[in-house]
Amino acid sequence: MPTTYSDLIADVRRGIREVSLDEIKRRLDAKVPMVLVDVREKEETRPGYIPGAINIPRGFLEMQIEQRISDKNAPIVLYCAGGTRSALAAKTLADLGYTNVESANPGFVRWKDLGYPQEKPPELTDAQRDRYSRHILLPDVGEVGQSKLLGSKVLLLGAGGLGSPAALYLAAAGVGTLGIVDADVVDASNLQRQVIHSTSRVGMAKVDSAAKFISDLNPDVKVIPHGERMTSENVERLFDAYDLVVDGTDNFPTRYLVNDASVFLGKPVVHGSIFRFEGQATTFVPASAAKKFSIAPPEGGPCYRCLYPEPPPPHLAPSCQEAGVLGILCGIVGTLQATEAIKLLLGKGNPLVGRLITYDSLRMKFRELKLRKDPECPVCGPNPTIKSYIDYEGFCAIG
Amino acid sequence: MSETTVRIPAPLRTLTGGSDEVKAQGGTLGAVIDDLEKRHPGIKDRLVDEKGIRRFINIYVGEEDARFTGGLSTEVKGGEVSIVPAMAGGAGGA
Repeated sequence: MPTTYSDLIADVRRGIREVSLDEIKRRLDAKVPMVLVDVREKEETRPGYIPGAINIPRGFLEMQIEQRISDKNAPIVLYCAGGTRSALAAKTLADLGYTNVESANPGFVRWKDLGYPQEKPPELTDAQRDRYSRHILLPDVGEVGQSKLLGSKVLLLGAGGLGSPAALYLAAAGVGTLGIVDADVVDASNLQRQVIHSTSRVGMAKVDSAAKFISDLNPDVKVIPHGERMTSENVERLFDAYDLVVDGTDNFPTRYLVNDASVFLGKPVVHGSIFRFEGQATTFVPASAAKKFSIAPPEGGPCYRCLYPEPPPPHLAPSCQEAGVLGILCGIVGTLQATEAIKLLLGKGNPLVGRLITYDSLRMKFRELKLRKDPECPVCGPNPTIKSYIDYEGFCAIG
Repeated sequence: MSETTVRIPAPLRTLTGGSDEVKAQGGTLGAVIDDLEKRHPGIKDRLVDEKGIRRFINIYVGEEDARFTGGLSTEVKGGEVSIVPAMAGGAGGA
């Protein structure tokens, strides 16, 4: 039984595994899977911490560890400032049944002196910590994730049936910049489904109506209104400033234009479409965008042309204007799209890359279908024949 | 021969009397579509042309896109065939 502090530490050190800072650096560089846990106090982590580390102050370790790391066999590397608190923490985790725990020796003070990479915690205001507290409580979001969202830029194509619910939830979630492309004005017949608009704003440009709603909902969000139709001429300018695109457009020529721009510019497109009582959603991450989004497969996924090489002839492609659509359906599909956008931005979860969700609201059934990359895809295949924008109206008129 | 359930998307339901699921028989996707045509005349033309499955229609046998599993010669062993058409709607239009 140890009788002094020194005895205690010596005893603990004999019972745990320690790891050098050089080894941690090597694993970071080689992207060896490990869960880095910073057991210092929250205030100590403000000036910086090891990239990717999660912070569980030692005083909360026993209470929080099982929520944060449920896998008892996960490779865990603990560190503190000097290597003592993390040693004690390692013993605690072993007592709790964690089997693969190491403690860094020495700790972050030396890490910093060595000039090894650090991350700084996001600078959220008190008001933001309050507003986003339910996100911040989620281990997969936290202050780091919330800060990523605040720094993210999403382009919404259309402030209509799909764009409305998507914009609403992305704004509430604190995605810091939302660009909205729409050239229409609010019409009374929109209000059955386009929930970002309102009766008092009938006749107003949709981009301005959406901006008004969003600024009232969340003043953190900067709305950039693009009151124009998207064309081959402006698509690159519109896409350029954004991390990803949420496609809620309502016609085939624009769908194909969006797809080609996505592949050319390396921007993911979260796709949604609706018809009467049914919807589809998927996420297109071309190879050219995959490296910027950690949850996408590195080789990228299929594109819209892999899924539908050609548009239907116009007489077989009735629009919602002619065929009608259940208003609520837009909410389901638009919020699926918003969820996908948030996942890509946070780098969490498994995106709908290579998977098509179909939703039937009457049967209340979701189905999942596999999408494959078409090796002969004219845009994203190995031997592309379409390398610049084409005449999309003409392409869709022939069918 | 086992019966296959074919999921009919909304735009094609005028050909199936409004049904969203119909039955058909056949050991290959091509045979299933031929049987479908007997029961619901006119539907085949909407799904295939002389080169095979139309390029704006996807037909899934189970979870797999038949375009990548042999097209019309894809084996069908009962279960479900889903017809998934390209839809453009984002319900933006006034």
